[in-house]
Amino acid sequence: MGLYEDKRKRTHTPEGYELLAHESGHLEYDFNWHLGYYWSRFLAELRDNKRFMATKCPQCGTVYMLPRQVCGKCYVEMNDWVEVGPEGELEGFTIVRFPYVDPNNGGMKEVPFTSIWIALDGADTRLMHYCNEHDEKDLDVGMRMRAVWSEERTGSIHDVQYFEVIK
Amino acid sequence: MGNRVGIIGVGQTHHAAKRLDASGVELISEAVTRALDDAQLTISDIDAIVIGNMDHFENINYVDMWAIDGLGACMKPVFKVTTGGTTGSTVGACGYYHAASGLFDVVLAVGWEKNSESDTQAAIATCANPTLERDPFAGAIGPLATEYSMYMKAFGATEEDSAIVAARDRNNALNNPYAHSRQAVTVEDVLNSPMLSYPIKFLDMCPRSDGSCAVIFASEEKAKKLCPKPAWVHTSVVRHDYTHFGDLEWKFMPTLERASAAAYKLAGISDPLNEFDVAELYLPCSTCGVKWMDSLWFCEHGGAPGLIRKGTFNMDGQLPINPSGGVISTNPIGATALIRIGEAAWQIMGKAGGRQIEGVKKALCTGFGGCSWTDLMILGADLP
Repeated sequence: MGLYEDKRKRTHTPEGYELLAHESGHLEYDFNWHLGYYWSRFLAELRDNKRFMATKCPQCGTVYMLPRQVCGKCYVEMNDWVEVGPEGELEGFTIVRFPYVDPNNGGMKEVPFTSIWIALDGADTRLMHYCNEHDEKDLDVGMRMRAVWSEERTGSIHDVQYFEVIK
Repeated sequence: MGNRVGIIGVGQTHHAAKRLDASGVELISEAVTRALDDAQLTISDIDAIVIGNMDHFENINYVDMWAIDGLGACMKPVFKVTTGGTTGSTVGACGYYHAASGLFDVVLAVGWEKNSESDTQAAIATCANPTLERDPFAGAIGPLATEYSMYMKAFGATEEDSAIVAARDRNNALNNPYAHSRQAVTVEDVLNSPMLSYPIKFLDMCPRSDGSCAVIFASEEKAKKLCPKPAWVHTSVVRHDYTHFGDLEWKFMPTLERASAAAYKLAGISDPLNEFDVAELYLPCSTCGVKWMDSLWFCEHGGAPGLIRKGTFNMDGQLPINPSGGVISTNPIGATALIRIGEAAWQIMGKAGGRQIEGVKKALCTGFGGCSWTDLMILGADLP
């Protein structure tokens, strides 16, 4: 091994031509994502009633937040809707400090932001969302949290502005 | 069970942050040529080809079209597979399935990526549900950081435990001429490197690389005829988990637990820590090198920090992990998991150069991707 030429540091071809890279230019694509019955109803409940509605599996009893049609474990359809939250327990968190391109809008993500997994009271799976604390010293796994609602609610996951620690 | 299959050749590129000297197809050709050399074959010996990468990373689709010449696939059956981070191991599994089916004798499996051509985190973030989860999901690093925050709380693991893993893998890479990042680092260097996403620091995390890897699988009869010491595939297991990131039990790694339990049973492994001689694991971050050890049944839940601090997984330890330097030293994503298989095969074949572990009879390799799912392969010096 190691018998092969290592060309990693080349900036020019052996003939002296510059090795080229072409910029794509700014690419923009618009997508139109369909949310279907379960997520449309979930988001309407956030917007109109400030409630988190989950689905419950009729076979194993798992309460899913986010709600969905099919229980992955049992492969049965879920039609029982149950309210969970709006308080819950912080199960895990990270405070993101590196900037990267936001694939939803092409701009740079604003950092720092705090990504959390919260187990809303009554739910068996966790919701991924934001927290307004940006210092790890102010957060601990197991803390109680509650939803802070947006004034203007449009039927989006951002109808919950973020979760805050209950002090 | 399928037919017996052995790995008879491995090739990989010199991986780097940016391989400006080679286009995507030139990188692929570099790996394929080296694998054919390694097996002392020509392209006419190859009966079928599997290739994969993450299309959207380069925004160039149809590698199974534009790379046909460099891949050596003219007028051959080609399958493209792409499964996120596990692409390389799925390419490997698919190469194995082809040969194990009895329909093809010699199968070439190729993974590649040119991460330098785009913003990797943005590309990875497209795996999350666009309207409900993508916003707070911070690329690959977000869930990995979050799961370690949970593991630290549950079991008392520390940022130093993961820093020990980072220093181990990064220093191992000094012995690997193909590795992208080759720098001697101390545990203190890791702890003092910039915080990317609490609790993960710069030196804890994998880079993004340009590179390619090719592995040649052959039926038992062909492998015995063509190769003095094939690396026999003892088993290959794949397990996927739920749809949403919040669905998982993140204190453990359920797909890794289930995949490894199933694979150990198939391969007759009862004491993995003692029975494996080496492991090449897809650890995208040093924190995974802590938490996921529990899920490979090396110890009880929460036992990993103790093993790590004892040096169990060092080059001279009970079970050396990632002599190649692992994923935190080299990460051309579509090739990354196939490099694990290739490096493990070389360890069995005695071709691992300066990173060779003496007398390897059994090797474990894994792939990790998407919503925390697992591909796992066990290789052996003896027929399964």
